[in-house]
Amino acid sequence: MTKIRRFSLGKIVGQMVQYIFLIIAAFSSLLPIVSCITTAFKSDEEYNSTSVMIPPENWLNFENFKVAWNEANMGRAFLNTFIILIFVLFGNIMLSAMLAYILNRFKFKGNALIRDLFIIASLIPGIATQVTVYQIMSSLHLINTMHGYILLMLGTDVISIYIFIQFFENLPTSLDEAAILDGCSYFGVFFRILLPLLKPAIVTCAIIKGVSTYNEYYMANLYLQDKSLYQVVSTSLYTFTGPMGSQYNYICAGVLITMIPIVLIFILCQKYIYIGLTQGAVKE
Amino acid sequence: MSAKRKSKGVEFIRKTWSNMKVQKIIVIITFLFVPLFLLVLFTYLPFFKMVEFSFYDMGYIGSREWVGLDNYIEVFTRDDCLNALKLSGYYLLGSVVQIAIALLFATILSFKPKGSSFFRAMLYFPSLICGISVGFIFKYFYTHGFVLDSIIQLFGIPLDSIPFWLRDTKINNWVLVISSIWRYMGQNMILFIGAIVSVDTTQYDAAAIDGANAWHRFRYIILPSIKTIVIINMILAISGALSVFEIPYVITNGGFGTSTYFVLMDKLAHLNQKVGIASAMAVVLLTLILIVGITQKLVKKYMDSNYSIISSKKRRKSK
Repeated sequence: MTKIRRFSLGKIVGQMVQYIFLIIAAFSSLLPIVSCITTAFKSDEEYNSTSVMIPPENWLNFENFKVAWNEANMGRAFLNTFIILIFVLFGNIMLSAMLAYILNRFKFKGNALIRDLFIIASLIPGIATQVTVYQIMSSLHLINTMHGYILLMLGTDVISIYIFIQFFENLPTSLDEAAILDGCSYFGVFFRILLPLLKPAIVTCAIIKGVSTYNEYYMANLYLQDKSLYQVVSTSLYTFTGPMGSQYNYICAGVLITMIPIVLIFILCQKYIYIGLTQGAVKE
Repeated sequence: MSAKRKSKGVEFIRKTWSNMKVQKIIVIITFLFVPLFLLVLFTYLPFFKMVEFSFYDMGYIGSREWVGLDNYIEVFTRDDCLNALKLSGYYLLGSVVQIAIALLFATILSFKPKGSSFFRAMLYFPSLICGISVGFIFKYFYTHGFVLDSIIQLFGIPLDSIPFWLRDTKINNWVLVISSIWRYMGQNMILFIGAIVSVDTTQYDAAAIDGANAWHRFRYIILPSIKTIVIINMILAISGALSVFEIPYVITNGGFGTSTYFVLMDKLAHLNQKVGIASAMAVVLLTLILIVGITQKLVKKYMDSNYSIISSKKRRKSK
């Protein structure tokens, strides 16, 4: 009797400790973001005179957001990022799905080699090779063009390839065979039979690739140099290092604006993000 | 009559078969061409060009001069390069802490306590924020007199006695490492949760009957089952630590002794136009990362095969 009680008491204490850990972690995770939110709503005067810990007088003071939006040319930035996202997502998903289809459905010499080439490529951090990629881009006259940057971002992505390969593995080949017996070509099999079935994998890939494209800074900064024309969201944020470098009420507003799409995607598609992450890692 | 039909059928099959074979080659080539072209153009060609550049004294424009191994010698004798390599050690240690924290929360959350999806979301969300934003958030967080200092002041400590988090060279790198942990911990955690959820749950019940507590459960059931993914993440942390960029780039711009390898390389390549040295730096880094990557693959293979050997041995013993 006493043993049982002690056991359950231990369980309760254990759970309390668990929750203390969780709350501390969630708090530290949120604190930097929350401090950003409170600051973003403060007027210049308030920002200069009050401590960070004091909430703003008026939670509906959107003045800083307006200033940040205009200073960083964010209208343009969001438009450009949107255009880039459409092309990159469409292209990347088609290319990865096609590649995964070939690698999964056909056995030919070089199949394993191609997989290895993509895996090795995934080990090379993008920034490392930019010294020479820059030369290649400039000899192809692709610097300061949207299509150049899009082409660069279309490039390979081992995670999406794996997500698609995994998905193909779960689609029975009898599906392909039946279609071929009915006179369908391989192209038909891919575009008409398999591609529509890939929808969940496509959503997962689109979110993961979308977020990474949205957040990509280094190459956007390097290859889209004319900031008045080719500003994207991540590079627009970086303009805050200039004259406004210590006006954190504007900077925080800017950071929050760029975070809104990410928050929405996260709330709506959490499940797909977790699935994509775990799937991408299982095979790596 | 029947023989005729049969030969016709055979011919038909052969025809379509050869047709399909041609078609197969066509589909393979068309579907592979673009991805492979992009892979070669933006990954492998630059890689080999970089090896070539690393033997020259050159800028983006103008003439170049063959200097042999001079660039490599410079990489290993420049103070800033060596310092940058040393800094990777800080981030590596940070990754170990990060993985430990991720393991703790993954274990807690995979038993789905109340509110687990909320906590999981809170801990994972930072991984989705753009690196530049993370930089600004933490620049604001650590700058003297702002967020962190205001919190410390709440405990009655005067501002004068609080160090300059970002300028004091004794602590500033650790401070940056903490923001890196903040950013990436959730990602490890999600991976570990994925692995822990797939652990055979009947083992927990059996262990509970034997009187195992939570620590035993973690140490003897969970950890051995997810060992491979933990080790892989540890190894990946090495290349992660070598390629830190955005956080020091935005927060300190490499000042006050916080210039990591990539921050330095970026500066040399694009500000000082020292393409040769930057290429040599990249080659050194890539060699390290490739060694790490190959080790990771070997470890995984070894662990997978070893695991099956051990478990079959155990089975034999128990018989």
